[in-house]
Amino acid sequence: MKPQLLPLGDSALLVKFGDEIDLGINQRVHALDALLRAKQIAGVIETVPAYATLLVHYDSLVLTYAQVSDWVGAEMDRAESNATRKPRRIEVPVRYGGEDLDFVAAHHHIRAREVVNIHAGREYAVYMMGFTPGFAYMGKLDDAIATPRLETPRTRVAAGSVGIAGAQTGIYPIDSPGGWRIIGRTSLRLFDLKSDQPFLFAPGDAVRFVIEAMDA
Amino acid sequence: MLEVLDVSGLATIQDVGRTGWRRFGVPASGPMDSFAFHAANRLVGNLPNAAAIEIGAGEIELTALQDCVIAAAGAGFSLSVYIWDFPLWDSCFVRAGWKIRLRRNGFGMWGYLAVAGGIEVEPVLDSRSTYLRGNFGGLDGRLLQVGDVLRGGKPSRSLDELAARTLIQDARPVYRENPIVDVILGPQKDRFDEESIRTFLSSSYKVSLSSDRMGYRLEGPRLSPMGGADLTSEGMTMGAIQVPADGQPIAMMADCATAGGYPKIASVVSADLPLLAQCTPGKDSVRFRETTVETAQEKYRALMRKIKNGVVESNET
Repeated sequence: MKPQLLPLGDSALLVKFGDEIDLGINQRVHALDALLRAKQIAGVIETVPAYATLLVHYDSLVLTYAQVSDWVGAEMDRAESNATRKPRRIEVPVRYGGEDLDFVAAHHHIRAREVVNIHAGREYAVYMMGFTPGFAYMGKLDDAIATPRLETPRTRVAAGSVGIAGAQTGIYPIDSPGGWRIIGRTSLRLFDLKSDQPFLFAPGDAVRFVIEAMDA
Repeated sequence: MLEVLDVSGLATIQDVGRTGWRRFGVPASGPMDSFAFHAANRLVGNLPNAAAIEIGAGEIELTALQDCVIAAAGAGFSLSVYIWDFPLWDSCFVRAGWKIRLRRNGFGMWGYLAVAGGIEVEPVLDSRSTYLRGNFGGLDGRLLQVGDVLRGGKPSRSLDELAARTLIQDARPVYRENPIVDVILGPQKDRFDEESIRTFLSSSYKVSLSSDRMGYRLEGPRLSPMGGADLTSEGMTMGAIQVPADGQPIAMMADCATAGGYPKIASVVSADLPLLAQCTPGKDSVRFRETTVETAQEKYRALMRKIKNGVVESNET
C-alpha cells in the first residue's frame, strides 16, 4: 500500500502506512522516521512514530501544509528503498512472578515457567512509545501467551512492572494506573530525568527480556 | 522576583511547550491560550519561549520583591497593582513591595502573567512548562503555592522602555461565550457517515465539567464511528477531537497524550484554540464550522503577525 498523507489540524501531517499492528508496516514507519530525522528542515518540529503511522509536527508560521507534504512525499520514495535499518538492541533483566503470571498460565493451560520461557524466548520491537513518558509498546508476543487486558484496570501499577496486553508487552516506567497483566518486574530505570539519556528505550529499538529470577 | 501570597485554581509555570520528546511519550504542555501567552510575553519584551504564570479558574496574589515590569493577558480576569486597577493587554511598572492581583472577572478561564525577563526555573527536557501528571517542569512539577518565590530573568531592555506598552485593540483576540470554532475534518473522517458529520457540524456541544488541561469533554448529539471506536494508536496534537465509544467528542488540550486510540473526526484550528480554551466548563457550548488547512494557516499567520506588530507605547493609542 502506498502511504497516505493527511492533515491532522493545521500543524501536523499524518503519514499512514496501514491500519493494523504489523511488524513490516511498523518497520516502514521507522525507516521514514529515521530518514526525516536525518534530514530535518527548518519548521519541522518533531516526528512521532506509532504502529502504522508517522505524525510530523510542524510550525505553520514557517511551512505550509503543501510544503510539508511535498517534502515528506519526496523523502518517502527514498525511504522505501532503504528500509533495512539495524535497530539498537537492549536487554532487560526480569524477575518473573508478577500478580498475573498464574492467570496468564491458567488462561493458556500451561505452566508459569513455560510462560516465562516463551516471553523471554524472542526479541521484540518497540513499535511506538506513549501512554506515559517512557512507556514502550513492544511486540509481537507468541500467540501461546497473548492474553487480554484486565477488565478493570488497577489504579496503581508499580514502576518496573512487566505486562502483557493482547499480543503486546511493555514495562511501566512510572507508578501509574494500568490494565496490563503483570508477569514480572525489572530493576532497570526506564525514565530518569537526571540522566543524560532520560529514556531507556526509543521507538524502533529491539528488546530481549532476560530471566534474572523466577519467584515461586 | 515575585513571591506568591495567595493562590487558588490551576496556577502553573508554562513556556511555549515541550517539543522534541513526544516520540518518547512526553506531552507538549505549554499554554492553554497561546495568544494571551504570546501577547503577555511580547508586551514585556520577552522572547516567545519565555516562561510565564498561567492561572486557570482561580486567583493569585503576588508581591514584587524587586522593581519589575509585568503584563497580564487572557480572559476572565482583572488585574490590580498596588492600589490601582490596570487593564489586561498592557505592560506596567511594579515597584518592589507592591502587590499584584489577578482576580476572576467576567467570561473566560485562563490568564497569563508575564514578567520582563521571564520566569527562571530549571528547564526539564528542554522546557520550563509544568506537566502536572508527570510531576515535572515548572516549579517542581506542581501547582504554585503560597510562599513560592519566582525568580525573574534579565529583561531585554530597561524597565522604563518596557513599561506602559499596550497591544492595540485590533490585535486582541475576540473571546466570546458559546463560540463558533473552525475545524479541519479528519484524519478519520471516513469512519463517520454523512449523518454524523452533519450532526457534528450543525450541533452545539457543551464543554463538560470534567475538563482539564488534558482535554475538554464535550456533551451533545452522539456521533457513531463506523466499525466501533477502536483505532490503532497514532500520534495526536492539541486541538484534535477524538470520539470514543460513547459518541461524546473530546477536544485534546495542552497536556494531551502524545498518541491516542480513538478516531479523530476533526481538529480545531490553531487560530481558534484560544476561543475554545476560554470556554467555561459546565456553562459554555461550542459549535464547529468546517474550513481548509490553507485557510486555517493563513488565519493563524495573520493573527500572530498582529500580535508581533501590535505592541505600541500606551500613549500612542
